[in-house]
Amino acid sequence: MSEKLVLSGNHAAAHACKGARVQVIAAYPITPQSPATELLSRFVETGQLNAKYVCVESEHSAMTVCIAASSTGARTFTATSANGLALMHEQLHWAAGARLPIVMACVNRAVAAPWNVWTDNQDSISQRDTGWIQLYCEDNQEIYDTILQAYKIAEQIYCPVMVCYDGYILSHTLMPVEIIDQNAIDEFLPPFKPYVTLDPDDPKVLNLVTFPWIRHDHPHIEKFGGYPEIRYKLQQTLRSSFDVIERVDKEFGEKFDRQYGIFKEYMCDEADYIILAMGSLASEATVAAEILYEEGYTVGVLSLKLFRPFPAKQLATFAKQSAASTFIVIDRNLSYGYEGALCTDFKAALYTHHVQKNVHGYLLGIGGRDVNVEQIMEIVHKSRKAIEAGQLDKETEWINIMK
Amino acid sequence: MEKDKLKNIEVPISSISIPIEGEAGRTGSWRTERPILDPSKCAAVKQNKLVCMLCWLYCPEGTISRTIPPKINYYYCKGCGICAKECPSKAITMKDETNFEE
Repeated sequence: MSEKLVLSGNHAAAHACKGARVQVIAAYPITPQSPATELLSRFVETGQLNAKYVCVESEHSAMTVCIAASSTGARTFTATSANGLALMHEQLHWAAGARLPIVMACVNRAVAAPWNVWTDNQDSISQRDTGWIQLYCEDNQEIYDTILQAYKIAEQIYCPVMVCYDGYILSHTLMPVEIIDQNAIDEFLPPFKPYVTLDPDDPKVLNLVTFPWIRHDHPHIEKFGGYPEIRYKLQQTLRSSFDVIERVDKEFGEKFDRQYGIFKEYMCDEADYIILAMGSLASEATVAAEILYEEGYTVGVLSLKLFRPFPAKQLATFAKQSAASTFIVIDRNLSYGYEGALCTDFKAALYTHHVQKNVHGYLLGIGGRDVNVEQIMEIVHKSRKAIEAGQLDKETEWINIMK
Repeated sequence: MEKDKLKNIEVPISSISIPIEGEAGRTGSWRTERPILDPSKCAAVKQNKLVCMLCWLYCPEGTISRTIPPKINYYYCKGCGICAKECPSKAITMKDETNFEE
């Protein structure tokens, strides 16, 4: 029997790990992630979850423990935020290159300096090039569901998955969350079957020095290729993983009646302007779209769930079929010296697939500054006025900032 | 034999090997100094027993044999000099590689 609990985003994440029968958890506390791992440690302590909880001295060690445990065939989990994620950076590359299906929750928070514990996507966006799949959530039910899906995706294609959700706005806000019956989860998510395991009785060397060239002096090494072959396979797997990601989501939908897709459309059909955003920003934008509709403006919202691998073709196809002249991309992150990461990637996707649309980038809610409906409406009006004035080359603009 | 152990890995998606000699290639070429053992000073040779063996124990690359006298495998010895430092009889000295160029 499934049951409905009122949970914070962090506790929803912990319940999902319990449902997934995670075997090894290693984490270091950091705001706003801590309640997720605190509840997990309680599950382990009280015997509700048969797992090893490893207390570590840093996030770098947390990911290292996950890497080691995953290499022995264990289902592993960790969670972190901001500077903690940054400290993991080296091991994130390792986990992906070693093809370990580790699942991590990134509770999105601004990266210091200056010190700030509020929500911001800078932390996970800064890790986008490490080879991890990145999924963004809009509410607490989606956090729970996405973690369950993440294990199924990760273990099919042997890639690590980062499940990202906004600090405080989701991590500390209580919402009703349906907890799925354990038997139903077990049916959806079978035990992890590693393609190779570290075993003292059958010693192996994993992730050895792998040369630029292909070695021919040992036949068993030869078949793995050199470093470029290993990395090529990671890229090929990620670029062809859309099918798996969609299939897992579809199966989840059939079984549990909730399906998310690679991106979610809201009032996009007749829209002249479409807002593209991720996570709770996209949720807020749907409210703005409704008010603008009442005022006579047709505005849709496209909420991107899958940021890596980037669904360039899917987004470009959507844009091509859309009647909208203008896409408004709102980022809560910034590639310093240029613009928001989603804005850049979206424009590149349109260019590659020969789709011509106006794309206006905006930065909003950086460092947890409160995002409200009025600001999003203001953004739409700014873009509308720019288009009406024939200003087609509008550059990214920072909203609600003391200049 | 080597092949058999990894044959069940059908999709070689990460870099995997089994413990073998010279997994990372012939690292002896990295050496700038070469350890030279003088058997007349080596405790094991003098007593004709497997005594001391600190060079064998401390070599981080496992390139020194547990034999009388200990033998250094120059195909893989990286020339770190730990054996020379640890040898209580000062039987091992580090010599510049340029002395050995052909």
